[in-house]
Amino acid sequence: MINSVQKSAPLLAPDLALDARGVARRFGARWVLRGVNLQVRAGEIVGLLGHNGCGKSTLLRIVATLLKPSAGDAYVFGANVKTEGDDVRRNIGFFAHVPGLYDDLTARENLAFAATMLGLPSADIDAALERVGLTHVTHERVRGFSAGMQRRLSLARLVLQRPRFLLLDEPYNNLDTAGIALMNGFIRELGNAGGAALIVVHDLATATPVLERTVTIREGRIAPATPDDAAHLAGSPEASVVPSGAAGIS
Amino acid sequence: MAFRDDMRRVRAIVWKDLTTERRSKAGFNAVASLGVTILVLFGFALGPDAQALRDAAAGALWLAVLFAGVLAFNRSYQVELDGGALEALLLYPGSRWAIFAGKVLANLIFVTAMLVIVVAVGLVLFQVTVPEDWGKIIGIMMLGVIGLVLLGTFYAAMSSRSRAREVLLPLLLYPMLIPVLLASMEATKAFLRGDLMNQAGAWAQMLGAFDVIFLVATFLAFEYVIEV
Repeated sequence: MINSVQKSAPLLAPDLALDARGVARRFGARWVLRGVNLQVRAGEIVGLLGHNGCGKSTLLRIVATLLKPSAGDAYVFGANVKTEGDDVRRNIGFFAHVPGLYDDLTARENLAFAATMLGLPSADIDAALERVGLTHVTHERVRGFSAGMQRRLSLARLVLQRPRFLLLDEPYNNLDTAGIALMNGFIRELGNAGGAALIVVHDLATATPVLERTVTIREGRIAPATPDDAAHLAGSPEASVVPSGAAGIS
Repeated sequence: MAFRDDMRRVRAIVWKDLTTERRSKAGFNAVASLGVTILVLFGFALGPDAQALRDAAAGALWLAVLFAGVLAFNRSYQVELDGGALEALLLYPGSRWAIFAGKVLANLIFVTAMLVIVVAVGLVLFQVTVPEDWGKIIGIMMLGVIGLVLLGTFYAAMSSRSRAREVLLPLLLYPMLIPVLLASMEATKAFLRGDLMNQAGAWAQMLGAFDVIFLVATFLAFEYVIEV
């Protein structure tokens, strides 16, 4: 599948998880993105920074095929987000602001539904629930879950899916310390296995252990890193280091 | 292989929609209650004249199904909008038509269950005698429900991203449903009167033709209305 996609876009480097070229998007008369150029290599974990409303989530939603760019192109592992949406969706895992779960289904049923929609075997569901620490509520409806538990269940869906390219929109919201560690562990594991991630973060300190570099959106474009960004990363002993010892994604 | 995968997704969506509906209960109870209430109100408006009630039965029945059905169509996407599940649904790989087919089948089961209740109440309330060839009238009703559900599910998807979706859906849907509604009412009325003029067959054929047109058009267009 990937080979056939790469044939249709021969100018793309084969190891690019994301290649955004002049991506622009407007809502009505207001341009939110004005030509974003961004490359993310396979195996690279990139933080996406910027003030509220600068277009971080919009960029993520364009890459996830949830929004169409008003101008420009973006490719995920060689597949064009505008014209080869299905190929893009086979490679990405999207972790949104909202959990995207069904309140009247149980935790297990939510994952079983996701597994069926993704064409995955349901044998791994219990392992995914155990991984995120939700085995004690496997057969309980999501309606009674706290916000943090719902985020963990969304993470379990990603664990089940094992995407090649993670798009995370403020993934640490509502997660406790253990939940943050779970999230970072999963991101590291994905990176070690050759996957990539683009993470929208506000609290850089939380994400610093997994980030290899950050980019900032300013006035609708990718702006050069500021000394503040560098200081944040330099402050963490784990920054710019791909942790070893984590299990790879099979 | 891809088709089989899509069919598996269709089954999953039907199961998910019916399971969430069965557990929440609020949706079906509200929709069925509205359908029955509309029938009762029509009964009050028409008065105690038995012949007048029988003459108006087909129209009242279909209007009750139409108004209650709009609630059902809105609700089928409300479940997806709550908690951002619609975006999660759109992010799964596979053909978009599978999502639409799953929604249509779930709504078909839902509206048919509501129709059974509305018809049962209507038969008593409007003093209608069940015709001998009741199998044909069930066929007519199913053709009408298929047309209603196809268009209702399609326009509910179209209006689901709008903040004014509760108002927008009837505005979009009712004008488009006029041919289906007219054919359904006339065919049902003809059957209830014994079809002395052999009109029911022609109306049923027209209804079948509308269903085929709507089936093809909605399945082809769904991908574009659900995209942003």
